[in-house]
Amino acid sequence: MKYICLGYIEPNKFETMPETERNAMVDECLTYDDELRKNGHFAGGEGLQPPQTAATLRWVDGKVSITDGPYAETKKQIGGVLILEARDLNHAIQIMSKHPGVKAGPFEIRPAADLSEMIRESEQRRAGA
Amino acid sequence: MLEIAIEQVRESLDAIYRAESGRIRATLIRLLGDFDLAEDAVHDAFAAALERWPQDGMPANPRAWLISTGRFKAIDALRRRARFDAAKEKIADPMETGDDCATDESVADDSLRLIFTCCHPVLTQEARVALTLREVCGLTTEEIARAFLMAAPTLAQRIVRAKARIREARIPYQVPSPEELPERLATVLQVVYLVFNEGYSASSGPSLTRADLSGEAIRLGRLLLELLPEPEVMGLLALMLLQESRRAARATPTGELILLEHQDRSLWNRKQITEGVALVERALISRRFGSYTLQSAIAAVHAEAPAAASTDWPQIVALYTALAQAEPSPVVELNRAVAVAMCDGPEAGLALINAILARGDLAEYHLAHSARADLCRRLGRKSEARDSYERALALTQLEPARRFLEQRLRELG
Repeated sequence: MKYICLGYIEPNKFETMPETERNAMVDECLTYDDELRKNGHFAGGEGLQPPQTAATLRWVDGKVSITDGPYAETKKQIGGVLILEARDLNHAIQIMSKHPGVKAGPFEIRPAADLSEMIRESEQRRAGA
Repeated sequence: MLEIAIEQVRESLDAIYRAESGRIRATLIRLLGDFDLAEDAVHDAFAAALERWPQDGMPANPRAWLISTGRFKAIDALRRRARFDAAKEKIADPMETGDDCATDESVADDSLRLIFTCCHPVLTQEARVALTLREVCGLTTEEIARAFLMAAPTLAQRIVRAKARIREARIPYQVPSPEELPERLATVLQVVYLVFNEGYSASSGPSLTRADLSGEAIRLGRLLLELLPEPEVMGLLALMLLQESRRAARATPTGELILLEHQDRSLWNRKQITEGVALVERALISRRFGSYTLQSAIAAVHAEAPAAASTDWPQIVALYTALAQAEPSPVVELNRAVAVAMCDGPEAGLALINAILARGDLAEYHLAHSARADLCRRLGRKSEARDSYERALALTQLEPARRFLEQRLRELG
């Protein structure tokens, strides 16, 4: 079962951290990620550039409108995404509780939706069309 | 050609997971001294099997292979972790344990250790149920949450807290001593029966997943009997099998309840009845039985009657009398009163029910009023019957029960 872990962080927290502290944290996180990779728990993931680098697309008046910045202005921003392979929600919680990144900001763990039924139905509709 | 199709391996692994993951986890918890480490080790071992077995072939003893692979994976992980978080995990040195870690006897002992730990009295009853289903039966948090109609994160928290409680309270990973055993076993049996009833008497939710819970409880009962052949374990397993044997007969296709006396007995599952009755007999012979055995003996008398009218009611009254002594409770008294009514006539039963109600014991229990109403009806005391049916109706929210009572009221005219 796949779980998507959204790692949140306060704006600029990372950038304003003393360098030694920041390096230590990065090393810890990457070491743990390596361990997850080695055990087959790491099914993908990326760190994100800051929200000001975002472009947001919206459907407005029948066409796509593009604006700068994130869609939602919240106090905590998503700093990274990790896709976790785990047995169930408790296993995912257990694995992520040991991730050093949790010290920098909260993780939100969400199970991946099983879309196979939706895809199957859609394929049938499209084949029939 | 040694290679096996990956699909075939996946299928065998699924079957092994269902049947063996509880035992494998139980042994790894002992070897590694930690629930969470063992959790990862089980996961890693099955992942490794999926990778290795298609190339190397199935090992002769899959369980032993999975246990030793899980153990080495955990040691590996600990060594890597030790580099950046030194000595945080205090565990017994897994290298020191011998190679006999997966013999049948030691594995059986480990399963019992796990069951007794998951059902430890220091945990709340809800936590015992959740933990047992996850750790012993191998269900996922999501499956348990679905069966209990709960949000998965709520159940996940319950499990996290239960594990923390086990750590904080330093609950030893062991089977209780002979002196403690009867009391601790009672706690375990209660958890198993709770799981069964959750699946059996469910009044809402998708019926299929609920039925699975009863199946899970029976599986747990069988495992427990294999590990600990105590009379009350036999009694509980028999009770569950005998109740389960009536599943197909106890409701109409639209979900209306059918009382025992009106059930189509040809729909009862004979195989489950035969197994259940044999277990009851074994338990009774031991002379060390308790309330589960007595309840299952009552169920067995019903199961063996070819028709409701030929039920051996004096035998049932005698068993309820014994049950009321072993475990005094107003509900048992009520059931005994109903049996007395079948045996000696409605008048005798009604006197007993009136006495229970007069004590105020079951004043809020709809089945007491419904049983009273039924006896009044049979005695032709219509207005008393109507009052009691209405009282019962006011006391229950269960839809099938309400429809049943409304039907009875209409029949009174």
